[in-house]
Formats: sequence, structure tokens, C-alpha cells
Amino acid sequence: MTTVIDMPPSLDDHSFEQIFDQLAQIPPDEKILLDARRTRWASPFGLTALLTVAQTRLERPALAVPENDDTASYWSRASFFKHAENLYDISGRLPRSRQASESSVLLEVTPVVHTQDIHTVVENIQQRARIILQEKLHLQSKITMRFTMVLSEICQNVIEHAGTGGWVAVQSYKWQQRLGGRNVVVIAVCDAGMGFRKSLESAQGPRPHDDRWGDGMALEDTIMKGVSRFRDPGRGQGLAGVKRFIGTWDGKLSVRSGTARIAIVPEWDPGDDPMREGLAQFPGAQVQITIPERMADA
Amino acid sequence: MISHIDVSSVLRRSVCDLYSNLVTRPTGAAVRIGIEHHLDEIGDKALAVLDFSHVGLLDFSCADEIVAKLLMQYVSVDIPRREVYFVFYGMNESHLEAIEAVLERHDLALVTQLADGASHLMGTVDREQRTAWEKVCELGSARAAELADATGVPADKAELMLQTLWRRRLVIRQESGYFPVRGAAAGLNPGGLLADGTPGGGGVELS
Repeated sequence: MTTVIDMPPSLDDHSFEQIFDQLAQIPPDEKILLDARRTRWASPFGLTALLTVAQTRLERPALAVPENDDTASYWSRASFFKHAENLYDISGRLPRSRQASESSVLLEVTPVVHTQDIHTVVENIQQRARIILQEKLHLQSKITMRFTMVLSEICQNVIEHAGTGGWVAVQSYKWQQRLGGRNVVVIAVCDAGMGFRKSLESAQGPRPHDDRWGDGMALEDTIMKGVSRFRDPGRGQGLAGVKRFIGTWDGKLSVRSGTARIAIVPEWDPGDDPMREGLAQFPGAQVQITIPERMADA
Repeated sequence: MISHIDVSSVLRRSVCDLYSNLVTRPTGAAVRIGIEHHLDEIGDKALAVLDFSHVGLLDFSCADEIVAKLLMQYVSVDIPRREVYFVFYGMNESHLEAIEAVLERHDLALVTQLADGASHLMGTVDREQRTAWEKVCELGSARAAELADATGVPADKAELMLQTLWRRRLVIRQESGYFPVRGAAAGLNPGGLLADGTPGGGGVELS
């Protein structure tokens, strides 16, 4: 039996919860079909999380590609299908494969498995990041190096903590409704590994007597308090640097792991919650960083 | 002996010929080991100029592996591997940001030489230490009595301060007094001055 999962028209970190909700009801060895035919848009989170979903399934899943040519073409330019073909049985018409020439794609969907992958990501993104961040988002020139540092640190977390590979993608786009139609640049890094709670438990052991212990507290300990599973006192500086970067550039950070999601919520996104617990279980960690355009009067 | 170590070359030699960015902990560890091998060959007392001029990006993890762990072996222990002084040269603003963060985390300090040629202290240094260090730089060299005269602190306190700076390898201790750690003279071409074994301009020939 194949269970069909309907994908929303717009696929981002919020709407992806609908997919997580449906997935949580289906045993991992059951065949699923992710139906993206009516999907018109996907954020980097949507694309990387979609690849991650396939990695959680014991039975190779199927994917129905978007019917909209522009959407399918964009997913192709973002190198999504290149990787999806290895993970999904694809149905529908795939656009002819092309390398990303789209200026809004800062970094195509890229696997993060080995240290060398991070070197490749960093080498590839710097020139494009400079153009987008300075010319499109009107940010100071010094942001380019910091942005790449943050990207490197977030990708390292996958290699060091996930226990499996993950995916990274970076894209800039213009928000239609939020932030008065400002441009943003979004980094998404998703994996289906052990997640934050198991990572901490691997060093400290489970905490059966702590009623609060769970995915939410593990996220809080790691993201907000800088707790690391490593004894090395130098650990945890990457995430600390990411938080400083977020603060400096008025950005937003959200991390979902297991059944919880933590976020550093800026003033421009008052509707989001700093902490959400009781979400549908999904393995690994899914990170998103959003940096908005700086307006002239900001 | 003064030794110039091009960190970018160590990266290419130790990790990959194509890389120009110092990112990830494994990369940092490999580069640090490469630097340590170099230091093993330059004698028991040396000044190492770590040149970051050709390094693109330095992330926090790599800064921790290279800078903090190097300093912790040679500076921040009672019996260091050997008497090595470091000058960090050619760092850009983003390098400085990453390094500043790791120095704070580990309560470390170092001497850096920026494009203007002047030496600066970075990291965790209290006001008295900074004042003493700046005075030694200003004087060119100082014994405890000279530092006491110049700063108005008692001689025993000045001696203690100089010893503290020396233990942190922020000044060089010689028989003739304490000298500032410097890699090259201000305004001069560092490429010519910082080659292995060449005198350190405003610094000191180590004996």
C-alpha cells in the first residue's frame, strides 16, 4: 500500500509541518508518495527537508514533481532533482537539467557529508554571496565573510552531530507579504540524523529523572546555553558565533529537532514562537537562518 | 631564531592544494599539527610569525583548533613545550573576529601585527597588563626598575607584571631585560623582513 502525502502549494519551514504531521502517522517501512504536483514554490528549507524525508524511509519513497513548469524548472536549477533522483522514484515530467544560472540561488542543494564538502561550499558561495548580500540586500561589505563563516559552522554541526549526511541550500528571494516585500537571504541545513537530544545524551546519558528533559530542553541547552556533548571547552563557539551574527544583522534562527523547535525571533517576525514543543516527531535537525534586506533608514 | 610561517601554505601542504579557507575543526587540527612540526625544527627558543595574509576565511572552529590550541600548548601551561613567542600577522577584520572570540573563551591573549605595522594586544588582558605591555613597547625594552620608573608602580609589582607578561609570551625575556614581541618594523615590507632567520626589525634577536 502506498500512502499519498499531499504537499502544500507553498513549501517552507512552517508549511512543512503539515508533511511532518502526516509522516508521523506512517510506519517508516510503508511506501509513501509525496505529491508535489500542485506545489508552486519551495524555500531552501522545503527542498532540503524534502530530501531528508526520503532518508528517513525504509521503503524507497515516490515523488510526483510539480506540474508548474517554472516551479519544476527552478527546482532543477537548484539541483534538487539531481539528488532527488537518487532517493525517490520520480514521476512526472522533469525539466532538462541545467546548472544554476538563477542569480537568486546562492548555493544549490548540496550534500554535506564530509569535511571536504564544507570547503567546497565555502569556496563556491563567496563570490555569489558578496553580490547578493551587498548589492541586493544592501548590507555592509563585511557581512560576506561572516555569512560564510556562519554557513561553515552550521554545516559542521551536521557532520559532527548528525551521524549521517545532510543537505544545505542558500537562496535569496523577495517576500511578498512579510517585511513589506523586502528581500531576504535564507540558509537551510537539514539532516535526518540523531538530533540534538540524542547527541547530548550520547555524552551525558539519558535523564530519566528530569521531567523537563526532552527535545525542547536539549535545544535550549545547546542553542541558548552553549552546552556541547564534547568535553573540549572550545566547543560550542560555532553556534555562539552564529547567534552573534543573527543579532548583528537582525536575522532569525530556527532549529527544529525531534518534537521541538526553538527560534531566535526578531522584531520583524512577532508572530513566531521562541519555543514550540509537542510537534510531530521527525529525526535529525533542521536549521534555518534568515537575513533580511537592510533598509536605508535602518 | 625568527621563523615566518605562511599559514596558507601550511593549509595547502597539510590538507589540500586547492584550499584557501581555514574552515572546519579537522582542517584546523591538520594545520596546527603542520605548524607544530615547523616549530619542532626551529630550536628551543623562537619567535614564530604566523602569517594569515593569504588565508581567505577563518571560521570559529578552525580558529579554536589553530590559535587557541597552539597557544594553550606553548603559552598557557606551566611547562610549555618550548619557549616560543608568536606574532599573528596579516589578519583581516573577519579573522580578528573569530580569533577574538576564541581568545575570550580560553582567557588567552596574543600579539598581532596589523597592516599599519604596529603591534597590538588581543584577547583577555587586564588594564595593568596592557599598560605595562604598552610601556615596554614604547621603551623598546625594559627591566623592572625601568618599568617602575615609567609607570609609577613599585619595582616588585613591575617585576611581577613583566613576569606575567613573559609567562603569557607577550614579551620576550632576555638577560638584558624584557622586549616586546614584534615580527617586523612598521612601514617595511614584511615579505622581505619576515623570511626565516631574518632579524625582526623592531623586535629582538633571540639568544
